[in-house]
Amino acid sequence: MKLAEVAEELGFEFLVRARPEVEVTDGYVSDLLSDVLAHAEPGELWLTHQRHLNVVAVAKLRELSGVVFVRGLRPGPEVVRKAREEGVNLLVSPAEAFHTAGRLHKLLFP
Amino acid sequence: MKLREVAELVEARFLAGGDLAEREVSTAFAADLLSDVLAMVREEGVLLITGTVTSQVVRVAEVMSLAAVLFVRGKLPAKPIVDYAAQAGIPLLATSRTMYEACGLLWTRGLPPAKRKPLPFEHERSSSPPT
Amino acid sequence: MSGPAPLQHRAVFLVVGLDLERAGAVSTEVQRVLRRLGIEPEVVRRAGIVCFEGEMNMVLYTPGGRVILLVYDDRVELIFSDQGPGIPDVELARQPGYSTAPVWAREMGFGAGMGLPNMEANADHLEIRSRPGEGTVIRAVIRRRRDEVSGGGGGAGV
Repeated sequence: MKLAEVAEELGFEFLVRARPEVEVTDGYVSDLLSDVLAHAEPGELWLTHQRHLNVVAVAKLRELSGVVFVRGLRPGPEVVRKAREEGVNLLVSPAEAFHTAGRLHKLLFP
Repeated sequence: MKLREVAELVEARFLAGGDLAEREVSTAFAADLLSDVLAMVREEGVLLITGTVTSQVVRVAEVMSLAAVLFVRGKLPAKPIVDYAAQAGIPLLATSRTMYEACGLLWTRGLPPAKRKPLPFEHERSSSPPT
Repeated sequence: MSGPAPLQHRAVFLVVGLDLERAGAVSTEVQRVLRRLGIEPEVVRRAGIVCFEGEMNMVLYTPGGRVILLVYDDRVELIFSDQGPGIPDVELARQPGYSTAPVWAREMGFGAGMGLPNMEANADHLEIRSRPGEGTVIRAVIRRRRDEVSGGGGGAGV
């Protein structure tokens, strides 16, 4: 499913709409950058509480379909700027990680 | 949802507190950042889903009266941590599924998300005590 | 703030800086003491959270210090004092999301800049006094609202 559709279905807000047509293959929930670097697969949509600047670099490196900050968390302006530069999709979900992941899982694999 | 059902759904095994498998968990909260758990969870009886396996996880579970901790991504805490949880009466479960899969499976099967606590910056923060 | 309410109990706990294995132990012990004294469950819970955040700050950023627990008729006080580097800008440190935590602390699940805000959220009153190079003292007051507690036994409403 395309990221724009996922965002529409689950009520995510785009902070950086770099590549809305990218395909979301699955989800990955983690707040640990090292874990995402080691285990996330290309195309996965990353749900996180982590707002560190390095989130953008990790998402780019792992070729993730985007980063979703959960429970309404918003990263600082430098994170948004960097994501825009790097072409990394950034979104915000109003729900917490458990709820957001549950709904994404159901949407992608009903 | 009983802990036994949680274990079955995500193919988890009990590391500690297997005798508490009939305990009910009311809601779930997923995070690796413990500061998030400390700041957000406001009710008791919550299942914490985490990939963090430090001793602080069990301390947080104890301080917050969580129902149980489910470790994901195949990560296992060291034995002293498991022993501490066992004597503190905190069930520990472990699954090789990812946090995303565990959340997906449990939410789809009806385990509700923990009620969120409003963060201080969502309100006017008062620096003086209420009277 | 400090009314004439009599002191019921006083206890001092030592926190060792960078001792990550033991981090959190004071908080669980504080809760045990409060439960033994029959303190209202909601107060025990909030005191535990405040103490955990204060204790973690000490463990992560200082060579150590102590936590003093004071139990009064109408409130529980926790005083954290350390000989750490101090907080250069207390107002900034109170802002949610502000953090000076090193990467290893973040990877451990701490240092998201929510410690002081969360102490503030769970305490009724929080005072921070810090002197760079000398240390920090934080005083947290948690009011006992026995009228709001159900079940705990005793405590007639006010």
